[in-house]
Amino acid sequence: MILYKAIVFLPLIGALIAGLFGRAIGAKASEYVTTGLMIVVAILSWIAFFTVALGHGEAGEVIKVPVLRWIQSGGIDVEWAFRVDTLTAVMFVVVNTVSTLVHLYSIGYMHHDPHRPRFFAYLSLFTFMMLMLITSDNLLQMFFGWEGVGLASYLLIGFWFKKPSANAAAMKAFIVNRVGDFGFILGISGVFVLFGSINFETIFATAATYLPAEGAAEGGEAVINLFGMHLDKAHAITAVCLLLFMGAMGKSAQFLLHTWLPDAMEGPTPVSALIHAATMVTAGVFLVARMSPLFELSHDALTVVTVIGAITAFFAATVGLVQNDIKRVIAYSTCSQLGYMFVALGVGAYGAAIFHLFTHAFFKALLFLGAGSVIHAVDGEQDMRYMGGLRKHIPITFWMMTIGTLALTGVGIPGTMFGFAGFFSKDVIIESAYASHSAVSGFAFTLLVIAALFTSFYSWRLAFLTFFGKPRASHEVMHHVHESPMVMLLPLYILAVGAVLAGVIFEGYFFGHHYAEFWKGALFTLPENEILEHFHHVPLLVKWSPFIAMVTGFVTAWYMYIKSPETPKVLAQQHRVLYQFLLNKWYFDELYDFLFVRSAKALGRFLWKKGDVAVIDRYGPNGIAARVVDVTNRVVRLQTGYLYHYAFAMLIGVAALVTWMMLGSSF
Amino acid sequence: MTDWPILSTVTFLPLVGVLFLLLTRDDTPNGRRNVLNVSLFTTLFTFLVSLFIWIGFDNSNPGFQMVEKTTWLGTGIGYHVGVDGISMLFVILTTLLMPFCILASWVTIEKRLKQYMIAFLLLETLMIGVFVSLDIVLFYVFFEGGLIPMFLIIGVWGGKDRVYASYKFFLYTLLGSVLMMLAIMAMYWQAGTTDITELLKYQFPAGLQTWLWLAFFASFAVKMPMWPVHTWLPDAHVQAPTAGSVILAGILLKLGGYGMIRFSLAMFPLASDYFAPMVFALSVIAIIYTSLVALMQEDMKKLIAYSSVAHMGYVTMGIFAANTQGVQGALFQMISHGFVSGALFLCVGVVYDRLHTREIAAYGGLVNNMPKYAFAFMVFTMANVGLPGTSGFIGEFLTLIGVFRANTWVALFAATGVILSAAYALWLYRRIIFGALEKESLKALFDLSPREQALLYPLIVLTIFFGVYPAPIFDATAASVDLLVNNYTAALQAAHDVALSVK
Repeated sequence: MILYKAIVFLPLIGALIAGLFGRAIGAKASEYVTTGLMIVVAILSWIAFFTVALGHGEAGEVIKVPVLRWIQSGGIDVEWAFRVDTLTAVMFVVVNTVSTLVHLYSIGYMHHDPHRPRFFAYLSLFTFMMLMLITSDNLLQMFFGWEGVGLASYLLIGFWFKKPSANAAAMKAFIVNRVGDFGFILGISGVFVLFGSINFETIFATAATYLPAEGAAEGGEAVINLFGMHLDKAHAITAVCLLLFMGAMGKSAQFLLHTWLPDAMEGPTPVSALIHAATMVTAGVFLVARMSPLFELSHDALTVVTVIGAITAFFAATVGLVQNDIKRVIAYSTCSQLGYMFVALGVGAYGAAIFHLFTHAFFKALLFLGAGSVIHAVDGEQDMRYMGGLRKHIPITFWMMTIGTLALTGVGIPGTMFGFAGFFSKDVIIESAYASHSAVSGFAFTLLVIAALFTSFYSWRLAFLTFFGKPRASHEVMHHVHESPMVMLLPLYILAVGAVLAGVIFEGYFFGHHYAEFWKGALFTLPENEILEHFHHVPLLVKWSPFIAMVTGFVTAWYMYIKSPETPKVLAQQHRVLYQFLLNKWYFDELYDFLFVRSAKALGRFLWKKGDVAVIDRYGPNGIAARVVDVTNRVVRLQTGYLYHYAFAMLIGVAALVTWMMLGSSF
Repeated sequence: MTDWPILSTVTFLPLVGVLFLLLTRDDTPNGRRNVLNVSLFTTLFTFLVSLFIWIGFDNSNPGFQMVEKTTWLGTGIGYHVGVDGISMLFVILTTLLMPFCILASWVTIEKRLKQYMIAFLLLETLMIGVFVSLDIVLFYVFFEGGLIPMFLIIGVWGGKDRVYASYKFFLYTLLGSVLMMLAIMAMYWQAGTTDITELLKYQFPAGLQTWLWLAFFASFAVKMPMWPVHTWLPDAHVQAPTAGSVILAGILLKLGGYGMIRFSLAMFPLASDYFAPMVFALSVIAIIYTSLVALMQEDMKKLIAYSSVAHMGYVTMGIFAANTQGVQGALFQMISHGFVSGALFLCVGVVYDRLHTREIAAYGGLVNNMPKYAFAFMVFTMANVGLPGTSGFIGEFLTLIGVFRANTWVALFAATGVILSAAYALWLYRRIIFGALEKESLKALFDLSPREQALLYPLIVLTIFFGVYPAPIFDATAASVDLLVNNYTAALQAAHDVALSVK
């Protein structure tokens, strides 16, 4: 019990110490305190992982740690409490390992920043909020963590507050996330109305009664009236799931609500690695996995999840093909990989989704921190057009990034146990997509394979542009290029180990033979969901398709950026429209700016000037004033007299009332 | 302790301070000091005494407690006071905010300090009086009387357009109070008593309920304020001195909400049910409309004033959802908004005192030289946005749940406030606090003084404390709210049964 409290609250203590007393104890002390506490937390997390996930607990066993009362009002009864099962334990490991390494890395990366105590306070605060999210025992505490990580993300994206672009990106991230939260909070309300509770225990127990009865006819009794629709149990579940999924789309930057993620790269690079790659953006995946007892009941909701996931995977990969900012390429890659996870969720392969979340955390954090190391080396430059030829100068970073790339592109030999982490988790998803009975499985499978090709292309493009060819940076910069200090390289080594081994070691547990004893019921699947059985038995071509896509992507990238560097320019010239379309991210920002930002501002101004001032005031108080002025024509009198008028009117009123009552009682 | 008339003590303690103030002179520095000290001491002491109300309050008793009753003139009108779970916390909120108001006026009020303080202390008595009154005439006197000091505070110590602002305030409220008085007369005519406890038991005929409801609503809707009778609020806030804004947002706006719960909902359940869709519509319009208007404001205080209107939209919506979550959420939202919006106005006051402008464009980059201020402002901005973990979230969430149970459409539109509030609040924060410090006029600004820290830090603690552990408030309100909601549903059910049996 105390173990879990320690895991969750130690980062908060670190955040408070660094945040409130950072000025007093100094930057060095703040760094050591927060990082030291995180190291402790990371070790405890692995202990928790081994006891909970790899231990021999019984199926359905859940550890509950109550902390404090929160909200009790009528039927709402919500506590601050932790719910620890395998899913939580996996997230413990992911969040705390990456967070600790990022803390460590930041000591080197933020070396010159004057606001280090604030930075470390925010990092630890973020970690605390993320832990609240993953340990929550009810939807509302999850929402607390959900919004809390949003706050931390907002603060960290806008960390360099002097940059207008950083401030804009921070605001955008928060507000776009709030669009998702709009759905989330309505979803929570819906769950409350349906189940009479928002505690997971009650929801999951009651959800079983929503199972479509054997042989029951379509359309039962209406259980909820939602936005004018009378929904029976099955449709009610679908509606609630879709509302919750809207929240997940915001936080996990899925198609339509993805626009904030690339802009979030304005934040310091360690932040991108922690929040916008490994942890926070996967909260949406976590939410759907956590709510699997509900989602599993609704084919329609799962289909939507699959479609959105597949589109995101494809869309983000296409945009990633042409970006020039090293961090933005990785950001779009993250977006795309999150799409993979949602496809896995959508086809009912929850274990595969969490598996990919797990491996992705390692290699994507590695890539981001590697990119940070590159940026650090070339004096803050992020545009890959001004890099090149860095392989010789920063060999360790180069090799680490290469490992990350190999893992991301999923290098491995199908049918064997040889491969990097991404090979296992990504192939499992692609095979599951093919094997599922979902109506959109063909669609999802196709898009995912194309996305895999693109992934391989942009990843190698990034590697080639950065590390190979002739240096394109100025002579001065090249002169200063240096390998990062040990405190930055150590996290890279550790993550690299994860990027290589996380797949081969854990596949059997997450989505293989040990599935049942590993998850212990933390992920719910209906008896007829047999994806775990089926995904092995796909045609050989399907098994090899990710491999073929990966190799094709690699060869194309090699041809275009090593063999014949003129080709990309020619291609861009030939397909100008397409190139611009991709470069401008399908023009989503422009579209949203026009549709929402400008129109909201225009509407606000209209309501103010025309509604409040021109109508309400003009015909209301000002109109009356004008009449009064007409009559008395003496403004002075009005200005000084009204108070007495008022007091007088009130006195008369009271007098009249008293008289009335005296008369009344004497009758 | 039990016999001690604690409610009257708390209500009239500020008048003792007024007596002392009348004896002092404020034209010398020493006299000024005395005036300030006496006022601060009075309000602090009142606050401490008022805490005994909370301590002595029995959470499990849904009825009125600490009742004092004497008849007057043999008319049936009596001095009758008492508190239940619905009113008790408002008394505490009033006494809590008063010391902050005094402290906020410490250096900024230069002319007629004595009269200013007298106005505030008088206001305190009248506000507490509203919440503890159990006689409807007494209620009316306090309710309307409280506006007089407020007019004076805006009209005498306000900004340049203070006269227009207080005139507008006056016009709106006059309309409401006339109607309310007529309604009170009608109620007395019908029920033969002015005692609120009696009136709560009395069942008004359905036809009369409609008219009475409308008359009360006219008064309360102006106070809330609800759209479209909200336009006095931004002007009043802009012109009022900082402390005036704090009281206006913190307490005066709550009179409307309190009245709606105490009278509209409890005494006229049939009419409340009948008019609920209209209230929902107005609430939703208020939330969306004023949030959008807030987005485009160029004046900090106006922006916060409009956001207050939007937040009050959640309150009205929650009240007329008429279920436990809705009403408790509305109560919580009012209390939380009391100190959060008060704190936001104090934050505006901090920079206004330094630069004497409230124009947003005049600021930017304050985080560079005022980090403590930036931190405090951030906390209150987030509470205003309704971030979980701050007190602002809980009321918003519960009212949403409450109204979702009543009508999902309303919840859908109201939930857009989640997005819009983030937009206007963060945009304001960005324009004032973030960015590079480029404007010459801002470079010399110093961070929070000890006095300002004493103003803001306690409110930060409250905001976060009640966000994390709101139980004390729920415990205090639960019994009374349950009783209210049960009576309400019972009344509706009875009317329904009658309608059926007639058929």
